[in-house]
Amino acid sequence: MSKPQTLIEKLWSAHEIARREDGAALLWVDRHYVHEGSFHAFAQMRARGRRVVEPGLTFAVADHYVPTRGRDQPITDPAIAAMIEKLETNTAADNITLFGLHDPRQGIVHVVGPEQGLTLPGLLIVCGDSHTSTHGAFGAYAFGIGASEVAHVLMTQTLWQKKPKLMRISVRGKTIAGVAAKDIALAVIARIGADGAQGHAIEFAGNAITALSMEGRMTLCNMSIEAGGRCGAIAPDATTFAYLKERSFAPKGNAFDEALETWATLPSDKDAAFDREVTLDAEAIAPIVTWGTTPDDALPIDGNAPDPAGESDPVRARYLRDALEYMAIPPGKKLTEIMIDRVFIGSCTNARIEDLRAAAAVLSGRVSKVPGLVSPGSSLVKRQAEGEGLDRIFRAAGLEWAESGCSMCVGINGDIVPPGERCASTTNRNFRGRQGPGARTHLMSPAMVAAAAVSGHLADVRPLLAGRSV
Amino acid sequence: MDKFIRLTAKACPLDLPNVNTDQILPARFLKVPRSSELGRLLFYDLRRDANGVERPDFPLNQPIWRDAEILVAGRNFGGGSSREAAVYALYEAGIRCVIAPSFGDIFAENAVKNGLLAAIFSENQVIELSAAISAEPARPLTVDLEQQMVICGTRTFDFSIDPVSRNQLLNGWDDVDLTESFKDRIAAFKTADRARRPWARPRN
Repeated sequence: MSKPQTLIEKLWSAHEIARREDGAALLWVDRHYVHEGSFHAFAQMRARGRRVVEPGLTFAVADHYVPTRGRDQPITDPAIAAMIEKLETNTAADNITLFGLHDPRQGIVHVVGPEQGLTLPGLLIVCGDSHTSTHGAFGAYAFGIGASEVAHVLMTQTLWQKKPKLMRISVRGKTIAGVAAKDIALAVIARIGADGAQGHAIEFAGNAITALSMEGRMTLCNMSIEAGGRCGAIAPDATTFAYLKERSFAPKGNAFDEALETWATLPSDKDAAFDREVTLDAEAIAPIVTWGTTPDDALPIDGNAPDPAGESDPVRARYLRDALEYMAIPPGKKLTEIMIDRVFIGSCTNARIEDLRAAAAVLSGRVSKVPGLVSPGSSLVKRQAEGEGLDRIFRAAGLEWAESGCSMCVGINGDIVPPGERCASTTNRNFRGRQGPGARTHLMSPAMVAAAAVSGHLADVRPLLAGRSV
Repeated sequence: MDKFIRLTAKACPLDLPNVNTDQILPARFLKVPRSSELGRLLFYDLRRDANGVERPDFPLNQPIWRDAEILVAGRNFGGGSSREAAVYALYEAGIRCVIAPSFGDIFAENAVKNGLLAAIFSENQVIELSAAISAEPARPLTVDLEQQMVICGTRTFDFSIDPVSRNQLLNGWDDVDLTESFKDRIAAFKTADRARRPWARPRN
């Protein structure tokens, strides 16, 4: 009998074209997503006088720089307009399908790919964006790459890769009410550290994972990179297949059935071995917020910010002092006493329909004490949410309902958190200055952001859910 | 790309953990094309205050280390975003080697593609080396990739790097040219794969 294989090993071997003596393998790429930031790679390709070798496997989305307001008006910042135009000309020159600024399917690349049925189990998917790990939620091998690698894929549809080590993170049991996929992700990151999965591909497993919807699975895999793992994946199952059926670009009819036969073989074999195993108890996970400047600075909402005085490791103590100073949080402060200035609901992590529903369930009939922006994950999500009346709930609560894009997660389209302000955010990175120079970010789930909005401070969503159906 | 075999240069300690790519090159500068301009934007928000004035206590702002070509950094250097422009910014600023206990995976890959060595030291080695540099800041280090060794005065430190990255840096391989030599195997794979996974191509 052949050696039992993991999901990741099966995905890897299905794409291996050749292997060098030093162990690097040449892998076939099934889907290549590009965005405005891919301009370096197009420039590298043109400098060599080359063309895109597989335009039919390359899909472009305008997301990083797109305005979230006033889309019927010309873009006022010429540098931002130029980024969007550059994507249009680069993709047109090589016949690449573009979900551009005014396309009804436009959105954030990691929302659009799955939504369009471009992301499928068994595929190898790359994009010049670290959150490409999102697509692993479908049982795809998906990871972010740099500009030189983007250029290489454009020119060859292949990529040289070193085989990663394998880590399985099992989350067992049932999560409690008020705990979302984001809380699981932050619990994992707090447990293994922001660099805990470096050099590893993560497979998420366990009944708390299989109980997640595709939206939840995408949130979790999206955050793999915040644990240092370039790629996170979940074995495809009936939830995956139901999500994909009838999506625009997904196989249909016989082709779908044929695909299903292959997809069913993907889950890790029973006795497959991992280099590292981590297990979490789902019931022990509470709603979590970050207090500091890396995603592993994450604590249950009923806790207190750390106190460097109690830290014996001097390097760690200095880090804590620096992070607390940047965040303007007194040592040991109760997390629920931290006042906020604004909220943001959006990003490739948490702006899918289920995320908007979770936030709206808390906001319904309530008013936000701070200003805030809601940017749906895609234009189609926006339309669906409007069909469900969610936009009216956000607006009635006093939040701004905007168009779709990366928006205030990375702040390069002009949507920034002003210097010194504190934002409760559904995004993925609480790095210094991530949401704008001097901005202070607290990461949490959409329901927890809604709880912070109606409270005016970081808050536990659980009491706010009493008597509500979510 | 440029080969990396051996380098003798000044090293600057950057004793901070988690210097992610947002700190190396803030996102608002990602529109800047590859140019020497990127070198001036390196570590912008760490290096300057809110008014754009250089902070004198930031190591690279100190006259002795302005021409450093080696950085000795804390754990998890280059984590976060995949922006290769973070590597361009380091390179344009004259940095050819970063020594740290660990690196973000995508950053490490991007570094290799640009001839920048990301050498892995243990936490203790980093502390020792940083102390040695601070004691004699003008003394150059020698980084020898063939020997996987850093020479600092009479002391030597071994470092680790995966063999694939080492190979690529020593040879200065151009990936695209290398892949070109596998053209026939790629074509054969593509034909076989189309038969094996007809569903894998997008439907429209």
